[in-house]
Amino acid sequence: MGWIRWLILLLVARPVARFLTGADVTGREHLPLKGPAIIAANHNSHMDTLLLLSIFPSRAVMRVRPAAASDYFLRDPVIGWVSRNLIGIVPIARGKAGTGEDVLAPAREALAAGDIIVVFPEGTRGDASDDMAALKSGVARLAEAFPEAPVTPVWIQGAGRVLPKGEVIPVPMNCAVLIGAPVHWQGGRAAFMEELRAALLTLKDQAPPLRWS
Amino acid sequence: MDIIDRTQAFLAAQPPALLWGLGGIAGLLVLGSLVAAVLTLARPGKDYRELRQRMSSWWVMIGLLAGALLLGWQATLGLFAVVSFIALREFLSLAPTRREDRLIILACYLAIPVSYAFVAANIYGIYLVIIPVYAFLILPWLMAVIGQTRGYLSSVALFHWGLMTCVYNIGYAAFLMRTPAAEAPAGAAGLVFFLLVATEFNDVAQYVWGKLLGRHKIIPKVSPNKTWEGFLGGWASTAALIWFVGPMFTPLHGLGLATMALVLPVAGFAGDVTMSAIKRDIGVKDTSHLIPGHGGILDRIDSLTFTAPLYFHLLAWFALETF
Repeated sequence: MGWIRWLILLLVARPVARFLTGADVTGREHLPLKGPAIIAANHNSHMDTLLLLSIFPSRAVMRVRPAAASDYFLRDPVIGWVSRNLIGIVPIARGKAGTGEDVLAPAREALAAGDIIVVFPEGTRGDASDDMAALKSGVARLAEAFPEAPVTPVWIQGAGRVLPKGEVIPVPMNCAVLIGAPVHWQGGRAAFMEELRAALLTLKDQAPPLRWS
Repeated sequence: MDIIDRTQAFLAAQPPALLWGLGGIAGLLVLGSLVAAVLTLARPGKDYRELRQRMSSWWVMIGLLAGALLLGWQATLGLFAVVSFIALREFLSLAPTRREDRLIILACYLAIPVSYAFVAANIYGIYLVIIPVYAFLILPWLMAVIGQTRGYLSSVALFHWGLMTCVYNIGYAAFLMRTPAAEAPAGAAGLVFFLLVATEFNDVAQYVWGKLLGRHKIIPKVSPNKTWEGFLGGWASTAALIWFVGPMFTPLHGLGLATMALVLPVAGFAGDVTMSAIKRDIGVKDTSHLIPGHGGILDRIDSLTFTAPLYFHLLAWFALETF
């Protein structure tokens, strides 16, 4: 299965992502090329996942695993198969958070195996406007479990224009992908989340103006 | 052996002026890359990364163009269609748009294959009007049909401006490739080659004269770095290039050649300034980071959006029987 995923990511996902978004990347040198590592990005569109999978070099892309809500991506058998085997998601059971069940266990296993986990700490897709929702602290718990893993902030601008929530037809528009210097776990959840939030907002300030309403 | 023979036969079939021209450009690239390498070694303290990036980007851009021109009109058409798409995507991404405009934006992209199809079919009469008249009518009508009236006129103008500059005007460079070889001294590819050389030479000459002598600002509100000295120096240099080298690549002479020499540099300057005004309005310096060391594709082709139609029309008026 692995090589099929690799081929599809490189020969289908990457050209499609370039065509639809232009993939205007700055700060590529901050991308982690081996795990355990965490990418924390803002989330406005399914394009975010496609875009993030397409910016990694071919030697690292197999390691990249987007964390995704199992209630959304695994409810349909076809989408579920694609999500697991081609996109390579790490399922997160959003609904079971707070019930005592360890919803982050699959993500921790992936990190332990040396994967690069992509998380969207906003928890769900926002609208295409530039606002960032409150960040959920799951990413801090992952960073706490793997203090050696760099947490790289990525601001994706404009993906909500390509494929907004609720639309089916993508429209090509340039997206800026701004990758910042990694944040490291220092021992406090609140401080870590604040540092990550500040890093994301700094990247957002460097993005070109978004004239979208 | 077979490949070498076939390559030799392929090159022998090309117009000599085009090969000499491409060879000259390759020589300039080698020189530029050497200068960048020597500067990097000679002054280790200074950062020449952007200069090296810019040179590598030139290699890629010129390599793509040279390959397309040598392969013929189909490859050149394909290349310019891709350039149009990337430029239009950059323009529409920077311009103020709204969620309800998504369908119109999709329709704008559809204009690219439609317009270039008439280049491929070599139907000049329809190419001339398909975007300026029919896209101009259909897009506003489409917006009316889907009931989108908020900011109607400014949206209509924005979409049409993008189509005219990025698709229609750039398409002229591809249409030049449909000139019969007998009508130009270095073939159709020679015409396109000289358009690109004159346009880029003008950009570079304006920059160099401005750096050397620039004192008096020419349009401080739009481009604070542009000076009268740069503009006039670039104008004179490019006019001289067109006057002396133009006859090798174009069928122009006398009045036609003089008109081209006088007008084309001004059009290049105008295209540059107009795109700067748009960038200033939007609040960006570069239209994207697509081309390392250069910026976006719109930054690179801004002059060409003005020079391509003018060059085509002057050739059609003074020399080419086909158009």
